[in-house]
Amino acid sequence: MFVYADNAATTCVSKTALDAMMPYLTEQYGNPSSLYAFAQNSKEALENARKTVADIIGAQPKEIYFTSGGSEADNQAIVSMAKVGALKGKKHLISTRFEHHAVLHTLKKLEKEGFEVTLLDVHEDGVVRLEDLEAAVREDTALVTIMFANNEIGTVQPIKEIGEFCRARKIPFHTDAVQAAGHMPINVQEMNIDLLSMSGHKFHAPKGVGVLYAKTGMPLFNIIEGGAQERGKRAGTENIPGIVALAAALKESVDNMEANTAKIIPMRDKLFAELSKIPHSKINGSLEHHVPGTVNMCFEGIEGESLLLLLDAKGVCASSGSACTSGSLDPSHVLLSLGLPHEVAHGSLRLSIGEYNTMEEIDHIIKVVPEVVSYLRDISPVWEELENGTKKHLI
Amino acid sequence: MALYSDKVMDHFQNPRNVGKMDDADGVGEVGNAKCGDIMKMYIKVKDGIITDVKFNTFGCGSAIATSSMATELIKGKKVEDALELSNKAVVEALDGLPAHKIHCSVLAEEAVAAAVKDYYDRNGIAYDPELFSKKLHDCESCAE
Repeated sequence: MFVYADNAATTCVSKTALDAMMPYLTEQYGNPSSLYAFAQNSKEALENARKTVADIIGAQPKEIYFTSGGSEADNQAIVSMAKVGALKGKKHLISTRFEHHAVLHTLKKLEKEGFEVTLLDVHEDGVVRLEDLEAAVREDTALVTIMFANNEIGTVQPIKEIGEFCRARKIPFHTDAVQAAGHMPINVQEMNIDLLSMSGHKFHAPKGVGVLYAKTGMPLFNIIEGGAQERGKRAGTENIPGIVALAAALKESVDNMEANTAKIIPMRDKLFAELSKIPHSKINGSLEHHVPGTVNMCFEGIEGESLLLLLDAKGVCASSGSACTSGSLDPSHVLLSLGLPHEVAHGSLRLSIGEYNTMEEIDHIIKVVPEVVSYLRDISPVWEELENGTKKHLI
Repeated sequence: MALYSDKVMDHFQNPRNVGKMDDADGVGEVGNAKCGDIMKMYIKVKDGIITDVKFNTFGCGSAIATSSMATELIKGKKVEDALELSNKAVVEALDGLPAHKIHCSVLAEEAVAAAVKDYYDRNGIAYDPELFSKKLHDCESCAE
């Protein structure tokens, strides 16, 4: 059996998205910047897509900028707000310890350029506290950027409250909503969001296309210079097939959100319930504030990469926050931000399921994960010491 | 393209000489759980020959595969020849490792050395401490 359980990494392109984009690959290939009627079809498709996305998140079409993906949107939002802040002498940026690297590395770059960055604690449950934000805010805070939902553990942040807090203090608020868009209701007006990033391939559009929403009055600086596309804020001929597919996929996801969630939650809960029966395992992140499909757990005494390889051999595609999978010596910064010890974080497993998964697939995962964990524990000297009492169990 | 060679995958999925040994003549453990890999190697020695080897490893696929290959390479060898085992020989026997996994092969070499040192210590066999000082040291990146 083949089970794709890594939907937080990427998703398949839906039939709806594919059908929507196909004509723009083969027949309607005109450049939207061209004058003739043939190309104006592309222009129309672009503007329709913009309106679709805007309507879904409660924005105006002119507040929607298409990008190459979530990372570009994050970069542009943060760098823009930092530059605007600096012009007013504000050089303090607030974020969290467990953001995506597209945010963290951009902040790191700005730090080298003289900005001060405060990263908020996300506590054991992976949720930011408003009082921590309150304590961190300063007169010279130029931006608050806090992710909507975490990509590894799936915890959802109190976005509306954070937005309200920032709005009252006139501090621009950006949220990386890459893991939430298409999976949870988002309304930028109700949630007081000034800037928001999303990525098409997380909700069944193709890779290489994303969205930056920037509220009217939020000045953007270009990351990519060139032509006057996207109201002069993002140069480069528009990825019309990708943009059309993104709008179609987002609409489809949002139209079916209730049904999808109703299908995914029982599968996710079964994974949590059954995999928690493995001794010395731990669920990472609050289950109360959670995206529907993400399951993140640690199993003591084993290492994540070998777990993934053996699951792969049994047909299960998953991911891990172990150092070996991150290509560094340290395990995932997300898991460490929850206060997990290194040795526990190495044994992490992320399963992210979507509406395309079935209960039979979940049953397969539930069958093979305990087998693989048990095998790896049998050959693990760490597990031996934990079991014979030389070392104390940490979870 | 696969992350690992077929040989690495074979040794990872069907590790040779995996397990513990209650009556080992030498036991070596190297690595640090904080860094994500620990290897424990057991050797049985008769008349200066390593007659049996077992290993247990906590770590990634290549850590398990390099341990397995190292046990194959030293089984049946003279103790002093086992000490000659280099990480390079382990890598070559596995048809290569990705660059960021080379440290796993170093760990395998060190695990063999640690087991031999333990055997020497237990049996009062004199040796030049220099022999091990280079191989057996605390992992710098793991130092608290």
